[in-house]
Amino acid sequence: MVENRPLLNFLSHLLLILGVAVVVFPVYVAFIASTHGPNDFLSGVVPLWPGPHLLENYSQMLTTGLSSSGAPPLLPMMWNSLIMAVGVAVGKISISILSAFAIVYFRFPFRTLAFWMIFITLMLPVEVRIVPTFQVVASLGMLNNYGGLIVPLIASATATFLFRQFFLTVPDELMEAARVDGAGPLKFFWDILLPLSRTNIAALFIILFVLGWNQYLWPLLITTDPHLYTVVMGIKRMAAVADAEPRWNIVMAAVMLAALPPVLVIVAMQRLFVKGLTETEK
Amino acid sequence: MQGKRTVFPNKVLPYLLLLPQLAVTIVFFLWPAAQAFWSSFQREDAFGFKTTFVWFANYTKLFADPVYLNSFRTTVIFSLAVSLLSLGIALLLAVAATRMLRSSRIYSTLIVWPYAVAPAIAGILWWFLFNPSIGIIAYVLRRFGIDWNHLVDPNDAMILVVIAATWKQISYNFLFFMAGLQSIPHSLEEAAAIDGAGPTKRFWTIIFPLLSPTTFYLMVINVVYAMFDTFGVIHATTEGGPARATEILVYKVYFDGFVGLNLGSSAAQSVILMAIVIGLTVVQFRWVERRVQY
Amino acid sequence: MLKKALVMSAGLVAMLAASPAVQAATQIQWWHAMGGENGAKLEEIAKGFNQSQSDYEIVPVFKGTYDEAMNGAIAAFRANEQPAIIQIYEVGTGTMMAAKGAVYPVYQLMKDQGEPWDQSKFLPAVVGYYSDTDGNVLSLPFNSSTPILYYNKDVFEKAGLDPETPPKTWADMEKFSQQIVDSGAATCGFTTAWISWIHTENLNALHNMAYSTEANGFGGLGAEFVFNNPLTVRHWGNLKKWQDSGLFKFGGPAGGDNAPPLFYSQECAMFMNSSAGRAAVINNAKDFKVGFGPLPYYDDVIQEPLNSIIGGATLWTLQGRPAEEYAGVAKFFTYLQKPEVQADWHQFSGYLPITEAAYELGKSQGYYEANPGSDIAIKQLTRIEPTENSKGIRFGNYVQVRGLIDDEFAALLGGQKTAQEALDDLVKRGNEQLRDFQSANE
Repeated sequence: MVENRPLLNFLSHLLLILGVAVVVFPVYVAFIASTHGPNDFLSGVVPLWPGPHLLENYSQMLTTGLSSSGAPPLLPMMWNSLIMAVGVAVGKISISILSAFAIVYFRFPFRTLAFWMIFITLMLPVEVRIVPTFQVVASLGMLNNYGGLIVPLIASATATFLFRQFFLTVPDELMEAARVDGAGPLKFFWDILLPLSRTNIAALFIILFVLGWNQYLWPLLITTDPHLYTVVMGIKRMAAVADAEPRWNIVMAAVMLAALPPVLVIVAMQRLFVKGLTETEK
Repeated sequence: MQGKRTVFPNKVLPYLLLLPQLAVTIVFFLWPAAQAFWSSFQREDAFGFKTTFVWFANYTKLFADPVYLNSFRTTVIFSLAVSLLSLGIALLLAVAATRMLRSSRIYSTLIVWPYAVAPAIAGILWWFLFNPSIGIIAYVLRRFGIDWNHLVDPNDAMILVVIAATWKQISYNFLFFMAGLQSIPHSLEEAAAIDGAGPTKRFWTIIFPLLSPTTFYLMVINVVYAMFDTFGVIHATTEGGPARATEILVYKVYFDGFVGLNLGSSAAQSVILMAIVIGLTVVQFRWVERRVQY
Repeated sequence: MLKKALVMSAGLVAMLAASPAVQAATQIQWWHAMGGENGAKLEEIAKGFNQSQSDYEIVPVFKGTYDEAMNGAIAAFRANEQPAIIQIYEVGTGTMMAAKGAVYPVYQLMKDQGEPWDQSKFLPAVVGYYSDTDGNVLSLPFNSSTPILYYNKDVFEKAGLDPETPPKTWADMEKFSQQIVDSGAATCGFTTAWISWIHTENLNALHNMAYSTEANGFGGLGAEFVFNNPLTVRHWGNLKKWQDSGLFKFGGPAGGDNAPPLFYSQECAMFMNSSAGRAAVINNAKDFKVGFGPLPYYDDVIQEPLNSIIGGATLWTLQGRPAEEYAGVAKFFTYLQKPEVQADWHQFSGYLPITEAAYELGKSQGYYEANPGSDIAIKQLTRIEPTENSKGIRFGNYVQVRGLIDDEFAALLGGQKTAQEALDDLVKRGNEQLRDFQSANE
């Protein structure tokens, strides 16, 4: 802040409070919905104050709620989501840091081609190429296991791109010094580049964890074993009721619980997140 | 393409390092993409019993179809609206938050977390708020004499999906603007203040130009987000309606192929989308390269 | 990597421990789209069958919405990973029937496996919808429903109407709605789910009007829509007129997500929806009493309306599974037709009983007396022998056509088109979809 202007400060606070209110409001309403009885919102306007059913709804959700809708209990589904989220994050980071290393620190035939092949996968979402991808996964025998849930989703180039940008900003002197010391590429990678990339890895971990956790259509398509259900699938199963009303209070309780892990990850790692992302992008 | 001045001399190692990612990319992206490309020239039934090669029939049909052309227009309007809104709001909030000394972190924590909410869930939340008969926002609007009904009115529907998609993107943009603002040297602003420039003038003459690289990067990312990653939001709110007023290209690919089982047309649309993605990627890439080099 | 392997093997162990694997029982996958409590009931039915014998184990798998389940099964079929049984919604029927190499018709299956099969046991309106031109049933009806009218008895009373008399005709509908709105008993007369299913398909069936050539599509892929007839034009025009004057409130495209809340919040006094929504209506109508009635009709068009047509889903058997699975599927289908299984499912879920025996069983249990309104749908379906026009409809690409119906109806309500224009365009665009399907499948 350059100079003190009370009016401007007041306006800034007002603006921020307004912004926070807008951002928080939908989730607040979801929370409120999860504290009411089953039919409190379909006959009238959604209430704005918490109802008396908070503990009842959440305990029902954690014990029988989902299973009375025919889905497996919540905790195993959370576990599957966790495996999938961590698997996607770790897998993507591992393969992309290696290929970014290859692209930046080596010169070899077809380097540009390899880069572009990876790069064009950057943005096309899995929903668009879902039918042919399914066939590929099926022919590789990867239906119904964690491999099939995870591996096809790590075929994206965001992480490679970010690592490449970061490596380009690493001073050349570091590498030259390492070579003078007789360090080979792998030692350089392990001892110098990897520690330097810590914040980037953390930032990517958050993004990819959230991405993996929030998948819906892909796990739905390739799993037929209820023991592999993820929590977003479970929610959808409760909400997608043919010819009847979903029990929104329970659904919202599940929504709150399912959103908790990724939100916690973001809030806990917020500092690293900002640092890691922006250092490479500026 | 850019690389290091000096490089490691190994001949085989780089290929080994690239292998995992290339393998995954080829098997799970390029191969399916090639299949999509191939089926965009075919007409086939859902189960794949009868396949006819039809040359460009799927494409010519698409470009003669007003519904498809309209979907292009919808996509442009939607993407621009979402990008501009989320960038504008995020910038405003970031500028305000940077002014704060002590409370800045609390505010950013409160603004950042919607990033973690699944698109499908964001859609359900906004459906709840804007529902014409039970939604609280629809209720308030009605009090003000606005008869909100996104099931009938195309404009209402568009506003709904724009709001829901923007809501999810503000946090991401906010983070980048915060970092961008923090990296602007204080001395510049102080110098301007001494010269008598007020806060508004300082913002437009110093801060905004210095932020423009961040802004441009975010613009591309936001357009891409709005075009592709908002699928879940639309699916959970309007499903493209009413009368396809909110059917953006990605949703149409999904609907025609996955729900309607019209594989040839859906594949042709995928191919067109891929071309757009590649185009956008090249634009972004060239810009990034130029900046790193200067 | 080691960690991953550990996690995966831990998951595997957990899986093995969790499923009480019946030794040597042939597992048969049954993919379905029943979320919520009906999904739990469905699993109970599978369990009941599994416990009744030890040779086969039916494994129910939830595969999302109807669209997602159907597409999942087709993708799986193309990759040779299909389930033996898949639940497909009624609009997917045309696509399934055209895929001759993919489906194993149920009548054929039962004959091949030596299981009893008597189509005359089924309700004619149900069986008609799912049989081929020779009258053979191709898929086993599982959850069928038909639209009925729900109304708010308290509002009727407040408006000075007889709470025991639902409107019979559309003229009544208009008169009652006007009286309700004028008296201030409610702000809108009626709302509805499913413009396509109720106000287009059923409208034509009730009034014995052809929906298309070729016997509503049963006769072949060459059918052309003809439902832009004066009746539909008049009805859609009325809906637009009533929407403008506030007697009617549109509840949204497809299933009309917003129609039920309009009815539950007592904003609209009447509501047309699937008979399977009955339990939800009763649960949500906390502050008022609900009445039930058949769908209204235009009495100057037809004196006695025909039967309504059904919706819902059936169980298809897919080709390409090992032979022993089909023996189990046939046994399971026989189990599903048992009156007590049928009656239990029907009474729990609100879907129709598909056999006469299940209906009779419900009657002898006193179910319909204890649950007024629960047999309105059955009566409406069985009140007459179905004609060619009320047997049902059968088209390919019909999911898209349903979407077009919603599009054009929205254009009508938005004032961009008159009813005649909207329906003419609809028929034209719908026919393009039919020609597409024909050329892809012939």
